[in-house]
Amino acid sequence: MAAVGSACLFVGLLTAVYAVGAALYGALTARRRWIDSSRYAMYALAGLVVTAFGLLEVAYLTSDLSFRIVTQSSSADTPTFYKITGMWSTQEGSLLLWVLLLSIFSAAALRATRRTMRETVPYATAVLGGIAIFFLALSVFAESPFTTFAIPPAQGNGLNPLLRHPAMMIHPPMLYSGYVGFSIPFAFAIGALITRRTGADWIRATRRFALIAWTFLGFGVMLGALWSYSELGWGGYWAWDPVENASLMPWLTGTAFLHSVMVQEKRGMLKVWNVSLIVTTFVLALLGTFLVRSGILSSIHAFGASTLGAPFLAFIATVLVGSVVLVLVRLPDLRSEARLDSLVSRESVFVLNNLVLVGVCFVIFWGTFFPLISEAVTGTESSVGPPWFNQYVTPLALVLVLLAGIGPVIAWRRATLANLRRAFLVPVALAAATLLALLVLTPAAESVPSLIMFTLTGFVLAVVGQELWRGVGARRAMAGESPPVALGRLVARNRRRYGGYVVHAGIALLFLGVAASSAFVDQRDVRLRPGQTTEVGAYEVTYREPTARFLDDRSGTGAPITFGAVIDVQHLNGGERFTLDPARNYYAAGDGSGPMGTFGRFFQGESTTEVDVRWGVRRDFWMAVQPDLRALIAPIKEANRRFADLPGDAQTLVLAAIVDGYRRDPPPATFRTLVSPMIAWIWIGGGVMLLGALLALWPTTGARERRVTSVYAARLGRELSRA
Amino acid sequence: MEYALALLVLAALVAAFVTVPLRRDEVAADAAAADRRAELEAAKEAKYREIRDAELDFRMGKVSEADHRATDRELRAQAIEILERLDALEPEVAAGRPSGGDR
Repeated sequence: MAAVGSACLFVGLLTAVYAVGAALYGALTARRRWIDSSRYAMYALAGLVVTAFGLLEVAYLTSDLSFRIVTQSSSADTPTFYKITGMWSTQEGSLLLWVLLLSIFSAAALRATRRTMRETVPYATAVLGGIAIFFLALSVFAESPFTTFAIPPAQGNGLNPLLRHPAMMIHPPMLYSGYVGFSIPFAFAIGALITRRTGADWIRATRRFALIAWTFLGFGVMLGALWSYSELGWGGYWAWDPVENASLMPWLTGTAFLHSVMVQEKRGMLKVWNVSLIVTTFVLALLGTFLVRSGILSSIHAFGASTLGAPFLAFIATVLVGSVVLVLVRLPDLRSEARLDSLVSRESVFVLNNLVLVGVCFVIFWGTFFPLISEAVTGTESSVGPPWFNQYVTPLALVLVLLAGIGPVIAWRRATLANLRRAFLVPVALAAATLLALLVLTPAAESVPSLIMFTLTGFVLAVVGQELWRGVGARRAMAGESPPVALGRLVARNRRRYGGYVVHAGIALLFLGVAASSAFVDQRDVRLRPGQTTEVGAYEVTYREPTARFLDDRSGTGAPITFGAVIDVQHLNGGERFTLDPARNYYAAGDGSGPMGTFGRFFQGESTTEVDVRWGVRRDFWMAVQPDLRALIAPIKEANRRFADLPGDAQTLVLAAIVDGYRRDPPPATFRTLVSPMIAWIWIGGGVMLLGALLALWPTTGARERRVTSVYAARLGRELSRA
Repeated sequence: MEYALALLVLAALVAAFVTVPLRRDEVAADAAAADRRAELEAAKEAKYREIRDAELDFRMGKVSEADHRATDRELRAQAIEILERLDALEPEVAAGRPSGGDR
């Protein structure tokens, strides 16, 4: 099986080389058959990589420990879900995932454009093939996932316990789909530059792929934040960690790109900016992959070794320098077809939105790479923390949300005073009412940035509501439809527009959650014995009793030992009452030859926090526990001395007794408790954004089947009324 | 041995597949016309979308009537130009062989 998998990758590499050669030969000699053949080669590449990936999944599912990668990241007792997803916790597996997604995206894009963009497609094929060659070469020559042991070990290491969380297992494929997806518009942009076809064709051909990439990347970032919140045990969802930042940066420039391409499509402007943005986005996507895998910056999320640093950097430099040179050479072909009519227009808002997004990206880039920059300049490595990021990103985020409200309603080309009055009167009035209500009814004024964000959220939601209201009104006036029918048809026939508006509402809700939970969180770290009570925010918290579970893993992570606590929580006003069960999982380490001996090794491996959260739209009650295991040292030593030579079954009984000792004679435990108002709106906002993106992506039915036959003007009117 | 055999079989399968287009007759002329048609159809759809967007913006009161008329006139002229180019292609496509999917 390993031989077949290796052969798939090697033949895949040769196929990618052929695809590049055939595409370029076909383009240069105008021989269509060679261009078609290069496309077929990319299809074949997808088939080969899917086969290799499938073979590796079979090895994981059957716990075939002759595969080194399976031994590294799985074991016979690893739960099935984590066996399936364990591959991408390794460097070799994540590279293969990259190639898999690239080959599928490439095949899909080339199939979609097989009858269009005749001049551009061969060069785009060559670029996509070139990217595939790089990643396949790494997989074949440097980090083969099909390396096997002559004599397989008896046991696998199992999956890193920190990664045993559903969100974390779905998170990498989502992020990689985002990173890889941006290679499609990048490749077509390069093709368009080479062939001097710098109009909006390449944007139209790849817009859907850019939106898919943006959606996957955003969803991946959200899943990463959710994992951080519910698994890492520190209580937050975003720590401005280098790897988190690396995933956010291409999303920000990708967001800017999705907005600015509309200006090029409508007005033929911002051509240089758009190709520069997509180059930047793709380079940042490569950088994101590199940061996770290189270990160049210290991160809680960096699970890779540092063996691929040099080739990755060389590849990123090649892509960046090559693209910049190409853009500079083609500057005369990238002149705008129109001029900005007015500073008060949709185009201007989009330009401002782009500057803010790129500004946020630059701040994050600077903060993320500051340790390397400071070391290069001063010789001393120093880093910046969350307060540094927050001081710059917070005001920029406020501007961004404001623009998310202004953009949808301001007119293209120029907006008159009458337009502006009509567009903003109601939303501004509603935002003002929101501000007044917040000042009178809530303590929101304690945090000015949060107060502004809440007000802006009201503004954005009012704008989106008004757009829907007026759109329904316009359809009713034109077609005499009932309001529900008008709403349905309005959205169905303008999916890109209204999908975008829904995304704007989602981003406003997300920032509402960020602002409220950051400014008004109640956090308390406290050490309690069973029966003791403390207060957190408006809640009374009582440590009722400890829990100790042996071979009874209820969280599905495969942990052999779990210590936790039963916590009773009651609102001080006597109303809300609930129980939480935070815990900590312990995994075995080594073979018993270490200092803690046969029984101690079960407590010496990785341990993970199993947070318990009372979710709510008004507030979350979040709790984590850190058991104090010092009381178990004496019984473990005693067991090592007396029972180390017993057979396995008997040792299991002894271990069960040690574990149960924690429950019978519990030591105090340390608890971290957070009461976070409205934090759920981060996830709700993310969900709304996802819905909006799916709405914008949903294909329009029947558009391709329309054909034309008759006199132009009449035909235009007829077709438009049908569309 | 197993690796060499897998390599040979896979390479043969891939070679057979990727050379399918090379074993066909070169059909550049009609394929090019079909491609141009597909591109123009895409451009037409995009232009129609722009016209509908502009109409909706006007109906929702986002632009003045004068601005809308100017924009609409410009967009319709561009759409008609695309339709003319599409019609000019008709005889060319009709003369060639029907363009299938993956030729």
